[in-house]
Amino acid sequence: MSKPNLSLPAVEIREIRTGSITAFDGEAKELVSRAHNGTLKDVERSFQQCAGCSITKAACMTVLIQDAAVIEHGPVGCSTCLHEYNFTYLVNSGLRGVETPLTRRVFSTNLREKDTVYGGLTKLEKTIREVKERTDANVIFVLSTCAAAIIGDDVESVCDELEDELGIPIVPIVCEGFRSRVWTTGFDAAYHGIARKLINKPSSQNTDTINVINFWGSDRFSDWFAPFGCKPRYITPFSTLKDLNHASEAVATVQACSTLGSYLAAVLEQDFGVPEIETAPPYGIVQTDRWFRALGKLLGKEDIAEQVIKEKKDKYLPRINELKEKLKGKTAYVTGGAAHGHALLSVLGELGINAVGASIFHHDSLFDSGRLENDQLNQRVEDYGNVRNYRVCSKQEYELANSLGKLHPDILLSRHGGMTLWGAKYGIPSLLVGDEHYSMGYEGIIDYGERILETIENDEFVKNLQKHAVNPYTKWWLMQRPDYFFENKENKESKAEGEVNG
Amino acid sequence: MAEYMGLIEQPRFSCAIGALQSVVAIPRAVPILHSGPGCGDMVKGFYERSRGYAGGDTSPCTNFTERDVVFGGTGKLRKIIANTYKVLDTDLQVVLTGCTGGIVGDDIDSVVSEFSDAGKPIVSVDTPGFKCNNYVSHSHVVNAIIDQYVSLYEEENEPKSEPATVNLFASLPYQDPFWKGNIREYKRLLEGIGLKVNVLFGPESGGVKEWQTIPRAGFNILVSPWYGKPIADHLKTLYGQDYYWFHSVPIGANETEKFLRGALDFALSHNAGISKKKAESFIQHEIDAYYEEIDNLATFLLEFRYGLPSYAHILHDSGYVVGMSKFLLHETGVVPKEVFATDNVPEKYREDILNDLKSTSSKRKIPLFFEADAGKAQEIIRETEHKGNGIILGSGWDKKLANEKEMGFLSVAVPSPVRLVLTTNYAGFSGGLRLIEDIYGKALDGYVK
Repeated sequence: MSKPNLSLPAVEIREIRTGSITAFDGEAKELVSRAHNGTLKDVERSFQQCAGCSITKAACMTVLIQDAAVIEHGPVGCSTCLHEYNFTYLVNSGLRGVETPLTRRVFSTNLREKDTVYGGLTKLEKTIREVKERTDANVIFVLSTCAAAIIGDDVESVCDELEDELGIPIVPIVCEGFRSRVWTTGFDAAYHGIARKLINKPSSQNTDTINVINFWGSDRFSDWFAPFGCKPRYITPFSTLKDLNHASEAVATVQACSTLGSYLAAVLEQDFGVPEIETAPPYGIVQTDRWFRALGKLLGKEDIAEQVIKEKKDKYLPRINELKEKLKGKTAYVTGGAAHGHALLSVLGELGINAVGASIFHHDSLFDSGRLENDQLNQRVEDYGNVRNYRVCSKQEYELANSLGKLHPDILLSRHGGMTLWGAKYGIPSLLVGDEHYSMGYEGIIDYGERILETIENDEFVKNLQKHAVNPYTKWWLMQRPDYFFENKENKESKAEGEVNG
Repeated sequence: MAEYMGLIEQPRFSCAIGALQSVVAIPRAVPILHSGPGCGDMVKGFYERSRGYAGGDTSPCTNFTERDVVFGGTGKLRKIIANTYKVLDTDLQVVLTGCTGGIVGDDIDSVVSEFSDAGKPIVSVDTPGFKCNNYVSHSHVVNAIIDQYVSLYEEENEPKSEPATVNLFASLPYQDPFWKGNIREYKRLLEGIGLKVNVLFGPESGGVKEWQTIPRAGFNILVSPWYGKPIADHLKTLYGQDYYWFHSVPIGANETEKFLRGALDFALSHNAGISKKKAESFIQHEIDAYYEEIDNLATFLLEFRYGLPSYAHILHDSGYVVGMSKFLLHETGVVPKEVFATDNVPEKYREDILNDLKSTSSKRKIPLFFEADAGKAQEIIRETEHKGNGIILGSGWDKKLANEKEMGFLSVAVPSPVRLVLTTNYAGFSGGLRLIEDIYGKALDGYVK
């Protein structure tokens, strides 16, 4: 494992930096202890479905910057799903006070066969100039692709040269899909580029601003920071170049998800002197209290933290207890990315729902901060107990279909598009909440708990769908262990039966 | 093939591997990707609700890593294919290569032939993203299936043994958001004039069994200005099947009648053995039903006092641009102004498309731009002013532009997160009526706030 290093042109991948893995089948407790004692190793699968790519992760952290234009340097296909971020931006801008949201500027250099022979840099140069001409962007990001990387295009030099000439920052982001099996490396790649070129050394102290690294969820932090006399600066979606320039001028950094912000929070601390809060994000009461205390300590306002906690307990505990009563005996399965999946497991723990299993996309052994306190799964296990049937699944739907079908919980909670389908096919009420702040804090436990109740209640649709569900998976497959195709038994509980190939 | 090679803002088509959707559209077929880990996600995200039976981001995939780039990924591919048979219940497997597999030069064909030699219904096709776009690679995928799968069944399926059967090549699955509905409507119409139709894609197709019978057709029908033509040409060479070529999407009564009469004449001249009289009476019935609606509608179109769209910009593939322009002008009175073919039309087809569009009206010229760079198309619209109420028919990218220009908007092209299409069709008589409902329905939605 290694520390963030801004002198490198490309971010080091998670496999190296944070000891991340993409396959595991066992118990949460075991995963945490092996991650912490450094004995976790990744496994290959002899059957895989599309695992997802860094470029979309790098894209969402750049396309949503208010005054940015983004160039995908590769064949046109590698930019085709970015229209979804245009939609996100236009729809969610109201949550962040962007009054006149503008269409996102997304370009492809459209690399073709000839370019793979002669190189694509002339095209890139032309595209950058045209983008400058066509848009009012204050910053241009260039995202690399598998094709551009394999042909060896020196994207950085072109960006550097044109930056001087065109007078705006042009930031290369090294995020081609084959570099890392952990797609969240794409977040790091974007932050690496941003930190290298856009964040200035602090020129003044800014004691009332706290960086919040997040996606595009609702604004919960303004209310939470107010008693401390602080306000949030959300980065990077919906920020401006100027916001990013001044990200170093903040009293602290917090995150909505330790996986998302791991790298940027660590860089802000290590290279720019902005301290990162020394605990995991506030999901579940125990962790929410810990988080407010850590914030109070960091700001030197411990008394305010205690006061906030007391007020919240008085206000929200009665309703939380009512919900617990209603949800008693219920079981749930969680699927989603790390560490938001861990967060949902904590919320379940708080609500007294039995988390019978989880399929989480990857696992980071240790975050870039190097602090065990930031580990959300560890925190879940310590606060609410173990999760049996804990899987690291690399977004492999066939494994989820297998594992979920066997455990058949009362509800499936998901944090990534596409995964709820399998709950519905099995007649299991399924809930996806896109807003990452929705289940945070005391308020979140209530909001999320109410949604869970409502979802379990409204099961007519999934029961009907179950009757007519199409299932492409073989009966044979659904009867195997979900880790059947793990190629070595490192991260398996026991050896799988039968030959893998045949 | 001369085509546009420059930058593209707001992509309206995918790259070569986007044609994995043509596999997804064949019932119970599965695409297997020898590619980087993101291609399936990109394609799924572009088309939306496009996973089908076992495709999109759940397609089996080798998920290229750095090591595979250096040492090659054929060993991994062999395992993924072998295990696909264990995990997924499918009738046809199509291996598609992405940029990674393409550039490192993996010998996919020999891996795939190990399985086909063992009797598996498996096909391989080269679709690295830099090679072409999905309008082009759709034909590569279909021709590969014909060569490597359909050809195995030639003995039981004698070429041209069913003179009244046709293979239809029209809407590109998923790239045309109305493909399912259009294919269903083409099938209904062609059956109405007495033909039996292999539609090959979507729920109206008989899956791989239907594909096996492709050689039997007496002739083929191609509805497209250019994409899909290599399939019809290939079948002509292979099985001697001539094809009836209709160059744009027939929308509404004029063009659909022309399409059907053309198909009928072609069938009769190819001894299809169908009844001309019955076909004629079917066509007349369809026309009558259509004009009953138009008759009712005309009063509204002519008299509605509060304003309706009087002109349109269209951003779509060339087949739709021409089809919609003809329909709008003649059957609704909406005048097509600047229109944009965003499908990167190869140079050699452009003149025919321009002439086809020119034939729309002897009075007016409809300015058509071949513009794969849709950002450029938007710039042109942004700088154009016309009198009256306008409407933009385009993709989700264009909604905001329409708002900016205070124009109406109807989402008719991909990508579009702002419209849900299931089995709606715009082709045919009923398609024309549906397009009218959508355009004027949207306009009426704007009243009484």
